[in-house]
Amino acid sequence: MSTDTEVGADLPDRLVAHGEIRQTEVRQTHRVVIRFAGDSGDGMQLTGDRFTSEAAAFGNDLATLPNFPAEIRAPAGTLPGVSSFQLHFADYDILTPGDRPDVLVAMNPAALKANLKDLPHGQVLIVNTDEFTKRNLAKVGYESNPLEDDSLAPYQVHQVAMATITRTALEPTGMSKKDAERAKNMFALGLLSWMYHRGTEGTEQFLREKFAKKPELAEANILAFRTGWNYGETTESFAVTYEVAPAALPTGTYRQITGNLALAYGVVAAGQLSKLPVFLGTYPITPASDVLHELSKHKGMGVTTFQAEDEIAGIGAALGASFGGALGVTSTSGPGVALKSETIGLAVALELPLLILDVQRGGPSTGLPTKTEQADLLQAMYGRNGEAPVPIIAPASPSECFDAAIQAAHIALKYRTPVFLLSDGAIANGSEPWNVPDVADLPDLSVEFATEPNSPDGSEFWPYLRDDDTLARPWAVPGTPGLEHRIGGLEKADGRGSISYDPDNHDRMVRLRQAKIDGVEVDDVTVDDPSGEAEVLVLGWGSTFGPIGAACRRVRAAGMNVAQAHVRSMNPLPGNLGDVLARYRRVVVPEMNLGQFAMMLRAKYLVDVRSYTKVAGLPFQAEELAGVLTDAVKGDLPA
Amino acid sequence: MTAVDLPTPQLGGLDLVPTTDAPQKAKDYTSDQEVRWCPGCGDYAVLASVRSFLPELGLKRENIVFVSGIGCSSRFPYYLDTYGMHSIHGRAPAIATGLAVSRPDLSVWVVTGDGDALSIGGNHLIHALRRNMNITILLFNNRIYGLTKGQYSPTSEVGKVTKSTPMGSVDAPFNPVSLALGAEATFVGRALDSDRKGLTEVLRQAAAHRGASLVEIFQDCPIFNDGSFDVLRKGDDVAQRLIPLADGEPIRFGNDGEYGVVRSDSGGLEVRPVAEVGEDALVTHRAGEQDPTQAFALSRLSDQDLTHTVTGIFRKVDRPTYDDGARAQVKAATEQAEQRGDNLQALLTGKDTWAVMPTPEQEA
Repeated sequence: MSTDTEVGADLPDRLVAHGEIRQTEVRQTHRVVIRFAGDSGDGMQLTGDRFTSEAAAFGNDLATLPNFPAEIRAPAGTLPGVSSFQLHFADYDILTPGDRPDVLVAMNPAALKANLKDLPHGQVLIVNTDEFTKRNLAKVGYESNPLEDDSLAPYQVHQVAMATITRTALEPTGMSKKDAERAKNMFALGLLSWMYHRGTEGTEQFLREKFAKKPELAEANILAFRTGWNYGETTESFAVTYEVAPAALPTGTYRQITGNLALAYGVVAAGQLSKLPVFLGTYPITPASDVLHELSKHKGMGVTTFQAEDEIAGIGAALGASFGGALGVTSTSGPGVALKSETIGLAVALELPLLILDVQRGGPSTGLPTKTEQADLLQAMYGRNGEAPVPIIAPASPSECFDAAIQAAHIALKYRTPVFLLSDGAIANGSEPWNVPDVADLPDLSVEFATEPNSPDGSEFWPYLRDDDTLARPWAVPGTPGLEHRIGGLEKADGRGSISYDPDNHDRMVRLRQAKIDGVEVDDVTVDDPSGEAEVLVLGWGSTFGPIGAACRRVRAAGMNVAQAHVRSMNPLPGNLGDVLARYRRVVVPEMNLGQFAMMLRAKYLVDVRSYTKVAGLPFQAEELAGVLTDAVKGDLPA
Repeated sequence: MTAVDLPTPQLGGLDLVPTTDAPQKAKDYTSDQEVRWCPGCGDYAVLASVRSFLPELGLKRENIVFVSGIGCSSRFPYYLDTYGMHSIHGRAPAIATGLAVSRPDLSVWVVTGDGDALSIGGNHLIHALRRNMNITILLFNNRIYGLTKGQYSPTSEVGKVTKSTPMGSVDAPFNPVSLALGAEATFVGRALDSDRKGLTEVLRQAAAHRGASLVEIFQDCPIFNDGSFDVLRKGDDVAQRLIPLADGEPIRFGNDGEYGVVRSDSGGLEVRPVAEVGEDALVTHRAGEQDPTQAFALSRLSDQDLTHTVTGIFRKVDRPTYDDGARAQVKAATEQAEQRGDNLQALLTGKDTWAVMPTPEQEA
């Protein structure tokens, strides 16, 4: 299948005779990209999720890209209402959800129109013909029915009356026509499950649990699902089915995980590892709300969640909890960060631990709530009044969100500082297999609260007397006798902590706060350069890791050398980064913004990095980045 | 969505805060910071009242926290030798909320002003009251912005000439007590800064109340709004203006109790001479009445000219608090988790896993 082949998958497909069970030809393939596309109300996300679970359970490596509108239900059948879910699964380790689908399932004309441009010629298109009415075609501007003209000639088209078949199959259940047709997404799932030799039990079990309170709905959906499967099996329209073998991933116990789930688990783990109660103060915002939803389920693990009246109160309550000795956490997206800025500044001045989970989305303003972007980097770096440095951690993949949350908590607790964690919509909703860590291998994050007076003469508690190594101040929580003290947003006297307007003291305190953050220990950046001879380095951060890695594989497969490095600590930057940058003739920095990281690199290292940017609300495609890197290697990249 | 019933806690406001038998004095609550309010500022009187009142509670000093926002009054925490946080403008109720939820063993106080609480922080105030957080909010109302040097505030009178309203303010003011009652506050009181006895009594009951207590304190800014409450302090008609509330008593005031509060034709309350209406017509004050209608009507007797100013405790009713409810859920979930033997490893592993086994070569 694969047209946009990743290296490692470019072996010719082997034909395997498989006549015992099926008459259909069975082909083995290394990787497949499937995109389910339909109306927002068609259940495409659920369908995609289910197929993902089956692929995961089978042991494939996988990566997913949900893409849905901000409106809960845009007008049915319109282009703005199209929702899609792309799934890439393979028998080897893959890095991206795939640039283009090998199989496009289009549930209506709008889904076809919105997605067809991404389907390479020669690939499989499965269309639900029932929705191709005159009215629906007109809604999206089709002048003639693409199923009847020759516009779909370049594709392997399968026209299936999914709604009609589903409705007919469900007639014995006595359901209304409308309700029966709603199960057509399960028909599609059944058909695809048959095509790719996926099991049926998992999905059936899932449906029984999902509709446990309405068993008749469970049975109807299962019936639709089986109907789809049987349709593939019994009709002769599908000549070929495909097998994708399990991937040879590192040994371990795996599960499928999205970035937001991993983030929430990381926060739960940070609470357990620090032996502190977790307090999440937050306000619902796309695409971060799932972190709230998940954490609110884990009260039994010492997590308190507080849905505040607004973003400001969310972080305020989290900071109040931190003052009281909890691990304060707030979750949000870019617009929420803007509102929280003043409180983050207060946390910088108070020098208390605080986690700020920013799941970035398209901006400015409300922007693109459900789409991805990396344009909050400079807001996280500099978006506060005064000199207010904050460490920033950026996970590179969905599963890395778990480690990132623990690392961010570690820094916050050790250095008594707010810490940003910059995720984004792509890794928040995207999923991949996760090699579940052994809890015994996770770091100890325990902290020591101040218990005794610490002034030079031992008579008083000085809240701003710092640790020599970390420059962190003591954390004395209310309830500790003898350490009563007042902190606040006014400048404090170095050491003693009383209010100080002294010019020299302010200069010293500003520099001390900066030095504390500059001194945060972070790992060196590692460089992947199999040739050892690359002259071009591609440097990324955050969710671009996958597409950059996939692009590097392609460039190397084409016989060129390129080195890849990925930064996970955006502030402070890895200590070796300057040396790494200096080693390469050319440095390319792809980002989903207008060059924010590139600007930081230029400012800090005086390196003439080449910025490659895109702000389309979607991740980079490996193909496009491969082109950019090829140009860079050949010296054709425009300045 | 389903709804579940939450229990009404039968606790006092400070019941979970550790106490001490050691005698305390006002001096014990005095920090080493020099008080820097303007001479004559009403804040001094409030500070003195609070310092002398706190020992009465018998709490461990380290379990008391004062959180403030921004403004003159928000310097308050610096002058008390308890734990304290001088936070940012308007946000003290939000910060106090997180602290109160996570630490039931603390007595959490919010100190705020009319600008801090009602303008920039209005949202946090009403939601803290609505949720019935177990915190005590002292709202210093001097009807002016002092720290920014004399602009009108959300409680300034219409027509007030200030630096930012040279032709007079056209901005209609909030009535803080009405606002708090409208926000479902379970405890609302009011006192005058100079009335130490009355203020202390309101503070005492506010502290003992489990849930959000709002205490409006009329307070003088001698620099930018000098004498704004003088009509309530001196002159021949003070007794005809001030209406002190006594729970369970008919509402009656004046030098000789010659005035009383009666129901008005419009469905509210009004002031009438007792001689005209008779004693039986006077309404009886019941702070514990769940229906806030009468408390609200009392708050409306006083227009911005302070003609009839009610002081004392308008409302004091029991309602579940957010913090008790949130902690009860965590406790119940924790107990269930312990019974089930939940642990982090099981959570991370989840239900749907697959194993990637070592290849024979790897095993060898």
